[in-house]
Amino acid sequence: MWDYSDKVKEHFFSPRNAGALEGANGVGDVGSISCGDALRLMLKVDPESEVIQDASFQTFGCGSAIASSSALTEIIKGKTLDEALKVSNQDIADYLDGLPPEKMHCSVMGREALQAAVANYRGEVWSDDHEEGALVCKCFAVDAVLIEDTIRANKLTTVEEVTNYTKAGGSCAACHEGIEEILIKVLAETGVAFDPTATPAAVEVAPAQMNTLQRIRRIEQVIQAVRPQLQRDHGDIELVDVDGKTVYVNMIGACSGCQMESLTLNGIQQKLMEELGEFIRVVPTRAGSLTRAMGN
Amino acid sequence: METIYLDNNATTRVDPLVVDAMLPYFTEQFGNPSSLHSFGNRVGLALKKARMQVQALLGAAHDTEVIFTSCGTESDSTAILSALRAQPERREIITTVVEHPAILALCEHLEKEGYVIHRLKVDGKGRLDLDEYRGLLSERVAIVSVMWANNETGTYFPVKEMAELAHTAGVMFHTDAVQAVGKIPLELADSKIDMLSASGHKLHAPKGIGVLYLRRGSRFRPLLRGGHQERGRRAGTENSAAIVALGQAAEMALASMEHENTEVRRLRDKLEAGVLAQVSHAFVTGDPDNRLPNTANIAFEYIEGEAILLLLNKFGIAASSGSACTSGSLEPSHVMRAMGIPYTAAHGTVRFSLSRYTTEAEIDRVIEVVPQVVAQLRKLSPYWNDLGPVADPQQAFAPVYA
Ligand SMILES: Cc1ncc(COP(=O)(O)O)c(C=O)c1O
Repeated sequence: MWDYSDKVKEHFFSPRNAGALEGANGVGDVGSISCGDALRLMLKVDPESEVIQDASFQTFGCGSAIASSSALTEIIKGKTLDEALKVSNQDIADYLDGLPPEKMHCSVMGREALQAAVANYRGEVWSDDHEEGALVCKCFAVDAVLIEDTIRANKLTTVEEVTNYTKAGGSCAACHEGIEEILIKVLAETGVAFDPTATPAAVEVAPAQMNTLQRIRRIEQVIQAVRPQLQRDHGDIELVDVDGKTVYVNMIGACSGCQMESLTLNGIQQKLMEELGEFIRVVPTRAGSLTRAMGN
Repeated sequence: METIYLDNNATTRVDPLVVDAMLPYFTEQFGNPSSLHSFGNRVGLALKKARMQVQALLGAAHDTEVIFTSCGTESDSTAILSALRAQPERREIITTVVEHPAILALCEHLEKEGYVIHRLKVDGKGRLDLDEYRGLLSERVAIVSVMWANNETGTYFPVKEMAELAHTAGVMFHTDAVQAVGKIPLELADSKIDMLSASGHKLHAPKGIGVLYLRRGSRFRPLLRGGHQERGRRAGTENSAAIVALGQAAEMALASMEHENTEVRRLRDKLEAGVLAQVSHAFVTGDPDNRLPNTANIAFEYIEGEAILLLLNKFGIAASSGSACTSGSLEPSHVMRAMGIPYTAAHGTVRFSLSRYTTEAEIDRVIEVVPQVVAQLRKLSPYWNDLGPVADPQQAFAPVYA
């Protein structure tokens, strides 16, 4: 049985705001009986202030679908429509002290019902733009449709790349066989055969042929190349250490901690991956924090 | 709170007498049965006894036809892979759409390796079309694998008749009898079944012990090669405690076969009748006239199985469901879909599986609780109003996208 939090159980066994809502002026229906879950969210909105005065739900679905619906109504009551629209599916899950990864779609459904109900109140048409496929990665709740689309859009060829782009397969690795199968299928559409030994984002440089010293030199070259640009902005960067796929750098001066830091690091990470033809993670370290960064 | 365990098709409680029988094999009887000294010899004799106890339960002609494995899944894999390796020129397998994943997932994998898998379809009651089956038997088929009784509905397949047909066509026949062994008499000696899988934990023996029945004279290729255990047909030092336990459990199952098919059946029928008399829009799935005596699978329309189980659990009642949510997949059980159970009910199926320990008082309690649970969930369902299901559920509940 699922490892539901006490909060989920509590909202399932004693759901709040269940049943039809007298005088509702915004109704959102999502899901269907054939999919196994369906949720109707009903809102009573004050036309003057757009405050949600009352909310209720009717849900066909599993324990977490009912608990998510109940939580949603509690969260949005008293909020204005604009405030309510800011509620994310993660907010619903957090309110319930978390949901098992396989059940996160219940919170997504809650958010969709909210959008649909607000659209209904405002006389707009709301359309669902995501298509749900079979769940491939259960750890991060990534489905087949998303993986296929991501492979096509980014011309991915390896499981590792799929993991980098979608998170699928990044935890327990149980779905790697499934991801390989999707890769085989999608690659076959363009007449390419899946090569399990391929290195991600294959470039001219074959990493296997580089020895450690060459590899570190190449990393240094990339870092050197971005320094002039950073120095113009009164900052700088230095290479601290390389540990497998992780490159530790020290951001100095104006760059350190600024908003641009993560953008800069992402850019450097991208350049390193292109240059080395392998997955690289760039991790900033602060003076004295190197050991901590490496200790985890 | 008294708990009521009605999930015996998932697994059973180990009988206390079975526990007693196995305990010495963890302590003083620790020898390796292959050893020549007396430590080993005593264990060897115990295994021999267990083999005969299992032989008796299966109604097999020889005790050497019993091979101990680690579980039902291993027995299934061993049977199918053996048939393929022993007859490399045969590249087809016949099975059914409602097998346990132990068979289905293996077949899917073999399909990717280039084997041709024929999956027999079932009708609304979970029954096969034997003409379709006859038409598929040919010298290209390496093995037929058809379950004896379905784990979700309990429905039997006519395996003895199908084995005769396979035999006439010169095709090997395997049956996954994990749910049937211990519940109904099998009489394998009088059949043309070549291989059969069983699993200890479905008949009050521990988990992690299984049996592959292999008819004398059948061509065989082991899955695990190594030592000469199980006459070289399954290498690996024997799980002696579990084997002794399974022997004891087999003897007890044989002794209570009569009870299973009279008293347990009566309680199961009472449960179904009692629930259906009070709950509308509910029905029994599978073939009610031709199924295991202990299994009741009831579909409750307009509500979802996991929610039913959670509420039942709150009342101390343990059952299981073929709903998508209980398994973490998006699809309801493949068995319900194969039978074409309408979408309004496929997500709301609940399996109650009894055992010889189930009492009349427990069944009375379940008959009292189930209608409350169903009513509580229907009150929450957008497809249900005070009187019954909304007129046209697809219409009345209208998401803006479809
Ligand atoms: C029909 C059927 N086959 C095979 C198995 C697998 O048996 P085991 O759990 O011993 O591997 C089961 C048990 O769930 C079953 O019901």
